Amino acid sequence: MAMTMRKGLARGIAAARRRISNSREVEKERSEVKPTNLFSAINQALHIALETDPRAYVFGEDVRFGGVFRCTTGLADRFGKARVFNTPLCEQGIAGFAIGLAAMGNRAIAEIQFADYIYPAFDQIVNEAAKYRYRSGNQFNCGGLTIRTPYGAVGHGGHYHSQSPEAFFCHVPGLKVVIPRSPRQAKGLLLSSIRDPNPVVFFEPKWLYRLAVEDVPEHDYMLPLSEAEVIRPGSDITLVGWGAQLSIMEQACENASKDGISCELIDLRTLIPWDKETVEASVKKTGRLLISHEAPLTGGFGAEISAAIAEHCFLRLEAPVARICGLDTPFPLVYEPFYMPTKNKILDAIKATVNY
Amino acid sequence: MPSLSKICSSFCFLSLLPRSRSRAPNPQAMAALRRFSSPAILPLRRFAASCPFSATAGDDQAVMTVETSVPFTGHRIDTPSRSVETTPKELLSFFREMSLMRRMEIAADSLYKAKLIRGFCHLYDGQEAVAVGMEAAITKKDAIITAYRDHCIFLGRGGKLIEAFSELMGRRAGCSKGKGGSMHFYRREAEFYGGHGIVGAQIPLGCGIALGQKYSKEETVTFTMYGDGAANQGQLFEALNMSALWDLPVILVCENNHYGMGTAEWRAAKSPAYYKRGDYVPGLKVDGMDALAVKQACKFAKEHVLKNGPMILEMDTYRYHGHSMSDPGSSYRTRDEISGIRQERDPIERIRKLILSHEISTANELKDIEKEVRKEVDAAIAQAKECPMPDSSELFANIYVKGLGVKDQAP
Repeated sequence: MAMTMRKGLARGIAAARRRISNSREVEKERSEVKPTNLFSAINQALHIALETDPRAYVFGEDVRFGGVFRCTTGLADRFGKARVFNTPLCEQGIAGFAIGLAAMGNRAIAEIQFADYIYPAFDQIVNEAAKYRYRSGNQFNCGGLTIRTPYGAVGHGGHYHSQSPEAFFCHVPGLKVVIPRSPRQAKGLLLSSIRDPNPVVFFEPKWLYRLAVEDVPEHDYMLPLSEAEVIRPGSDITLVGWGAQLSIMEQACENASKDGISCELIDLRTLIPWDKETVEASVKKTGRLLISHEAPLTGGFGAEISAAIAEHCFLRLEAPVARICGLDTPFPLVYEPFYMPTKNKILDAIKATVNY
Repeated sequence: MPSLSKICSSFCFLSLLPRSRSRAPNPQAMAALRRFSSPAILPLRRFAASCPFSATAGDDQAVMTVETSVPFTGHRIDTPSRSVETTPKELLSFFREMSLMRRMEIAADSLYKAKLIRGFCHLYDGQEAVAVGMEAAITKKDAIITAYRDHCIFLGRGGKLIEAFSELMGRRAGCSKGKGGSMHFYRREAEFYGGHGIVGAQIPLGCGIALGQKYSKEETVTFTMYGDGAANQGQLFEALNMSALWDLPVILVCENNHYGMGTAEWRAAKSPAYYKRGDYVPGLKVDGMDALAVKQACKFAKEHVLKNGPMILEMDTYRYHGHSMSDPGSSYRTRDEISGIRQERDPIERIRKLILSHEISTANELKDIEKEVRKEVDAAIAQAKECPMPDSSELFANIYVKGLGVKDQAP
């Protein structure tokens, strides 16, 4: 296990040094790639996590049958009901038990069925998981804890199946918050999250579970945490986002390029601790920044990025930082299309910022 | 009735017992079997034949006495009588209301599949006796709060079909102005506090409503409904303690449909005897497929809680549909189990047989009622489809008073 971790980390670091869009080149030499959707990529990562660490466990509501999004399909058959099991419907209990299990040196991979249901577990995550190492003077920790949870809009989810609560957890030192944008990213980042010696909240973009299909290497690989990735280089404006929103932003970049605007698109991937250097370097180059996320504007993680960039790149900024986010309303049912930070909203903001 | 061996095999399939347990009988699985071999699913013919009955047919107000299908089981309380007083009029209204609910839910299923209903949708068919029996025992001044399986509770509280279908389809005429959707039906004028999306979160709210009622001294009570899935949430136990400590007039109605989403009750609960799980709070187990038993229990409970503080009513019921529209409902239970319940315990069929055996109406008259109900539902759907969406200003309305805080974004 430790060997695998070191190897994986080494690979991740090598990939990062090469500054390519991800570790694709390295991986090609190693194994087959297959077109895979996001939920299957997560499923592969969970198989590998349980295979490579006999002290890894997967549990949550209905996960033994595969879970509502099929992410845990086949795990119970392969690894047995003692390692992959259903819990009652009690999120606070799921989080609490996961912390205890992780504190005993296990890898507890807990699923909260929808990110909207994570709030009953909020106290356990914020007060117990995040501060365990700190308050015990490093005698105890729950670093083996990973909480997976699907977040975000699906087009018709309504109030309690659509929320993006990542910013709440970004206010909590001691936690890591990771959000992948695609199947390949999801697999590598989830394996890193599971093996990272800190508690991680891993938000999965449920809109992409079936929709996003990408070549994913079949072997065990990890992608580095706290490293943002420039997925589209450009020179006029920097766009920062994460998760499902990146595909919307990418379309906006595409459209902007037709108007002669060169956009640099960055996937933050880990929200805390976040990769300020990559974002700063990009903004220093382009002089402009736009942040986009599905969560409501006010108090969203975009606000933190905006503040940090204003502090560190003040003299390089040629326009105010733009934020295109969800509206400050509860997530609406019938008016979801209005609420969402759509491509056109982003495109308008790109133009306004560039022409400021 | 499906053979018991079929039910047995369905449970063995469901349980997929751990190896260590397969050698010895699993006490939980055995308990589940006992439940299914309990008198609750004995053929209805026997039940009907054994009913003491004292009324002349034809007089729809005449009081008649019917015995509940199974006795109540009590926890720290003497059980109410099995003999329930009813009238032909009441039985016919039960039949009509439950048929209407059933038809509404089946229509909602089709509308969802046609993508006219979006969002998440949880159907109540199978559980209608709980909604109808409860209403027969209480007044519209008593409060009800429930979780997301709320369509039929709303109808029971006097909600209209057009409001229900409009809400489901996100139209302006919906009971929550089209802003709530399936999980968020409300009816202020009938003390229906909704419609809550998070499992178990409505339970402390319901107890808080009862706290308000205690102050108001109007002798009203709150029915706080939750499912067997929510029965394992910690909030229930916090709320029970405070309610009992302060003698609040709250009835905690656990609608036990035996599956918390896709997990059978015995897999999720060490004790699936939910009526006992309040420990110091008295409880009653009720056949939730028998509207008359539900009525009797709710009447009894209302009197009890006004004098003594909270009480749990566990309604033994069943949902025919899956947990939500994305759940076919057949991967964690067998089709035989579902059809067995339909044949033996269906709440509408129970009332139909009662009406027929007491010659209150003919089979054809009941069929006519069902046809009428179907027409009503179709008309309401047609009307709801014509109804416009909410005004776009509604997106920003009702977040704060006067829209404070959203000024910058409002169009």
